[in-house]
Amino acid sequence: MALMTFIEAIRDTLAEEMRRDEAVIVLGEDVGKKGGVFLATDGLWAEFGEHRVIDTPLTESMIVGASIGAAVNGLRPVAEIQFADFIHPAFNQLVSEAARMRYRSNNAVGLPMTIRAPYGGGVHGALYHSQSVEAFFTHVPGLKVVVPSTPHDARGLLRSSIRDEDPVLFFEHKKMYRSVRGDVPDGDFVVPLGRARVTHPGSQVTVIAYGLMAHYALEAADRVAEDGISVEVVDLRTLRPLDKDTVLTSVRKTGKCLIVYEDNRFGGYGAEVAAIVAEEAFDYLDGPVTRIAGPDVPGVPYNHVLEDWFMVDPQKIVAGIRKLAAY
Amino acid sequence: MAATDPATKPATGRRSGRTVADRLGADMGLPDEDLLGMYRMVALARAVDERMWILNRAGRIPFVISGQGHEGAQVGVTWAFQKDHDWIAPFYRSIAMCLTFGMTARDIMLAQYAKASDPSSGGRQMPGHYGDRRHNLLSVSSPVATQILHAVGIALAAKIRGTGQVALAAMGEGSSNQGDVHEALNFAAIHKLPFVLLIENNGYAISVPAAMQVSVPDVAMRAAGYGIPGVVVDGSDVLACYAVAKTAVERARGGEGPTLIEAKVTRLTGHSSDDQQTKYRTEEELAAEKGRDALPRFRDQLRAAGVLTEAIEASLAEELTAIVHDATEFAEAEPDPEPSTALRWVYAEDWPSEGPPPWGFGDGSRG
Repeated sequence: MALMTFIEAIRDTLAEEMRRDEAVIVLGEDVGKKGGVFLATDGLWAEFGEHRVIDTPLTESMIVGASIGAAVNGLRPVAEIQFADFIHPAFNQLVSEAARMRYRSNNAVGLPMTIRAPYGGGVHGALYHSQSVEAFFTHVPGLKVVVPSTPHDARGLLRSSIRDEDPVLFFEHKKMYRSVRGDVPDGDFVVPLGRARVTHPGSQVTVIAYGLMAHYALEAADRVAEDGISVEVVDLRTLRPLDKDTVLTSVRKTGKCLIVYEDNRFGGYGAEVAAIVAEEAFDYLDGPVTRIAGPDVPGVPYNHVLEDWFMVDPQKIVAGIRKLAAY
Repeated sequence: MAATDPATKPATGRRSGRTVADRLGADMGLPDEDLLGMYRMVALARAVDERMWILNRAGRIPFVISGQGHEGAQVGVTWAFQKDHDWIAPFYRSIAMCLTFGMTARDIMLAQYAKASDPSSGGRQMPGHYGDRRHNLLSVSSPVATQILHAVGIALAAKIRGTGQVALAAMGEGSSNQGDVHEALNFAAIHKLPFVLLIENNGYAISVPAAMQVSVPDVAMRAAGYGIPGVVVDGSDVLACYAVAKTAVERARGGEGPTLIEAKVTRLTGHSSDDQQTKYRTEEELAAEKGRDALPRFRDQLRAAGVLTEAIEASLAEELTAIVHDATEFAEAEPDPEPSTALRWVYAEDWPSEGPPPWGFGDGSRG
């Protein structure tokens, strides 16, 4: 057991997987000598060399497209998109190609590849260093989308992602890289993809969240506990495939469902969770399925007052819980 | 170009009357067996392709996208690659390329009919979206030029793993304008990857002529921007295409990096069965284009060299007719895919959250 930061868990896991399997390579912008702009790949270039830790040109479509080809021909690429905001030039390669290759070849060609990308706001990153992009990709069958919230899960889920036979988008909230610490067990444990976790048991309101919002949901649960409101927090961990059982079991127990996400509210990932809950747990509901999410503006503004206004935080979640609990 | 030109070389009509050095293909190490094999592939691709159009016009298959006019370049270039070792990322006109690399006429026809046993996609993709994992032919999609990055990634893996493989990507000149082409060539050139790009320039991106798509006379000129060789070759000259590809493959396998080959070909049909090209091409132009067809040119070349005899031609014609009939009848009789299989292979394993729609799977009929 070791206490480590979120980014240390990612870095150590990358190194371990590269030691374990020589088919694992890392590629992306500045991932080599510099070790990545957040230092997620620090030390890999020195240990594994330039053939397995590849500094790419500023070409996101190439990073993903070449990863597809490398996966076809026997490697397990782990690509880094420097910021999730810059993944859009690779959208076609991810959505038209990576997601569809197994299906369109009738299982002749699978793509064991992982795309890591830091996402999220609250770090003075403004419009183009703060985006939450998960909803673009959770919409697409054939992609798996993972958003860990703890060093333990980062390690266990990254292992599962790298060892998975299909393309996985692995989104890491950049505000958590150094602010979140946690115990990580030794040994070769994995956290399976597609399994949510109840991180705070409760009986009156279910709060569903992921990534940084999973932490804020726990904070909010503690605060409203002082008012006597019992909250159950579900950390989804994998957004697609979604662990519907854990979500529905919790909502059927509490009868109230609040979904928290940092992305723009309209058409965000939580909208799909809300639809599933409304369809499949309707008879158990004792209040409206509710979302607390980012406002519908095209990006997180830079100025700190505006950024604070944009960001979902524990207090905004508390307000949402209180309102829902009062039904 | 190293290829022999029959127009400048009197043919004896008898192989035995010529020295070894004179023999057609000798300068590239191609025995008669290979010359006939290449010709057979060009002719087979054409025969299958022509049957596809007949089936479409007869209402048997809903869609055709054709390789007619591209076959010579495809066969010549593909012949330089090592089957079941090297990799090809083809495109929707690559029928001759896929046949040359191991797919059969039945395989192609199964794709036209979109049957369950179609090796390209099990009937999931439109016709022309070939692919065959057994033969290192990567599955084709419809967004153009994406495959170049896959071939470059395959080449990257070949270099890292030390497999000695070379990867080929093929596309039209219209596709060559996509940003992925720039990103791919830049990366392949930086790392001297074992990669070859074949641009099959037929002069049209559906209806838009090359002059409106490409700012330079030859796409191959762009190779200079990456510091790699860019070669223009007459796509109706099969042996010339083989020669440039052979050089490119040797370069690639030798660690010297990628080559861009631009084969000037012709498009003898509309863009697809849904296109009427007389709307944007004149009758005169279309008639002239027929003169750039590799099939008769290669046939005349092999006849003149004494490689293709009347007896061989007659037996080949008979064989091809039989193959096309067999492939058509076989594919037509094969079963359609079952709706109950349509949820399979979204991922390697089934996931409970990806369940069937409320209407289940039905009985597979069109209601």
